[in-house]
Amino acid sequence: MALAKRIIPCLDVDKGRVVKGVNFVGIRDAGDPVEIAKRYNDQGADEITFLDITASHEERETTVHMVEAIAEQVFIPLTVGGGIREIADIRNMLNAGADKVSINSAAVYNPDFVRAAADKFGSQCIVVAIDAKQVDDHWEIFTHGGRKPTGINAVEWAVKMADFGAGEILLTSMDRDGVKTGFDLGVTKAISDAVNIPVIASGGVGNLDHLVDGVKLGGADAVLAASIFHFGEYTVQQAKEHMAAAGIEMRL
Amino acid sequence: MTVNSKICAVIDYGMGNLHSAHGALQSVAPDTQVLVTGDPEVILRADHVVLPGVGAIRDCMAEIYAQGIDAVVREVAASKPLLGICVGLQAMMERSEENGGVDGLGLFRGQVKYFGDDLRENGERLKVPHMGWNTVSQGKHPLWNGIADDTRFYFVHSYHVKAENEEQVKGRGHYGVDFAAAMGQDNVFAVQFHPEKSHNAGLALLKNFLNWDGQA
Repeated sequence: MALAKRIIPCLDVDKGRVVKGVNFVGIRDAGDPVEIAKRYNDQGADEITFLDITASHEERETTVHMVEAIAEQVFIPLTVGGGIREIADIRNMLNAGADKVSINSAAVYNPDFVRAAADKFGSQCIVVAIDAKQVDDHWEIFTHGGRKPTGINAVEWAVKMADFGAGEILLTSMDRDGVKTGFDLGVTKAISDAVNIPVIASGGVGNLDHLVDGVKLGGADAVLAASIFHFGEYTVQQAKEHMAAAGIEMRL
Repeated sequence: MTVNSKICAVIDYGMGNLHSAHGALQSVAPDTQVLVTGDPEVILRADHVVLPGVGAIRDCMAEIYAQGIDAVVREVAASKPLLGICVGLQAMMERSEENGGVDGLGLFRGQVKYFGDDLRENGERLKVPHMGWNTVSQGKHPLWNGIADDTRFYFVHSYHVKAENEEQVKGRGHYGVDFAAAMGQDNVFAVQFHPEKSHNAGLALLKNFLNWDGQA
């Protein structure tokens, strides 16, 4: 018996609805977040992550209410990301019932924000999200949903974020997101080996073997997927059983 | 809610979000008044008391002492069912090596130790914090009623409890090293994992706690 690898269904939420795009564009409605979160909770999800892709600040209130509604009914860890830029944003989400927040662009613009957040709330609730894309023979960080290059080396960045107090890395391969050809195992393995904090692999899951590869070949501590669960292709339970059958320690 | 409804106090000493603990306790006992409070009077009047905790133990202990919560917890520990969660458990130990060494309340005998930066299992490196679902080998205690032995609970911690008195260990965990996942003595029970985040097994434990009369 050992620590189980985690499966984390991810809900991309826009104005209170779950949506899923392909390569971060092309949105398809997948339903009510509260209902979907409850379904995944019942199916044995190990955690749930929400990425708020709502554009305007005012509409973020919708997300706060959504997190409150979910936290009242779902008793597994909840992570909320998207638009977390200030200490007040973190406090709002934690007060609404989130257990962790995921910081993305704000970390790139102001790395000290991660340090301040970890000091204030503890590393256990600070996830740093990294959107990486392969550029020649290495991986670089991109912001703005994968549109804006930063020139920052993704592996070096992950090490720096761990030093600054991140408790976990959520690594999304922008080349793979929504295209269902499997995780980018190269960058997953490189970052997982480089840091001593848990790494969540994300982006590209199209079938259950991809989840197995993320752990066995990518060295990920957790795997995140969205569309394979939203549209009923697989249940979380099926995914866990498949991974367990492949010899991975899971909570069944 | 009846006038005679029981009260469960979740001690709020300014360390982190108690929404989850409140929500989970309330969901398993709709007729109990679950109150998040730092008011000693309310805490001492409650039927059941929960001591949560997140973050660094130095900050937790500093707040516990600054607000006089240490005396309240000692009084509760001498009189009614008390549940410690995560850093709440660690605060109940004699001493923690976190933050250069911090004295705890000493309700249980033993120390709180760092997992280390080079934690290994069969040669494989283990990440710290210990984050996720791990098994707990249960000792004999009414709070485990109806929960299968070796059920997984959700953990997030970088420091672990090394108990001095084996009789106080009511649940054992393992992550590179053996550690105490649950401690118990008389009417006090404390867990390293987060029952409020551990799905059905966690809710069952919280329900057992609220139904517990404090007899071990």
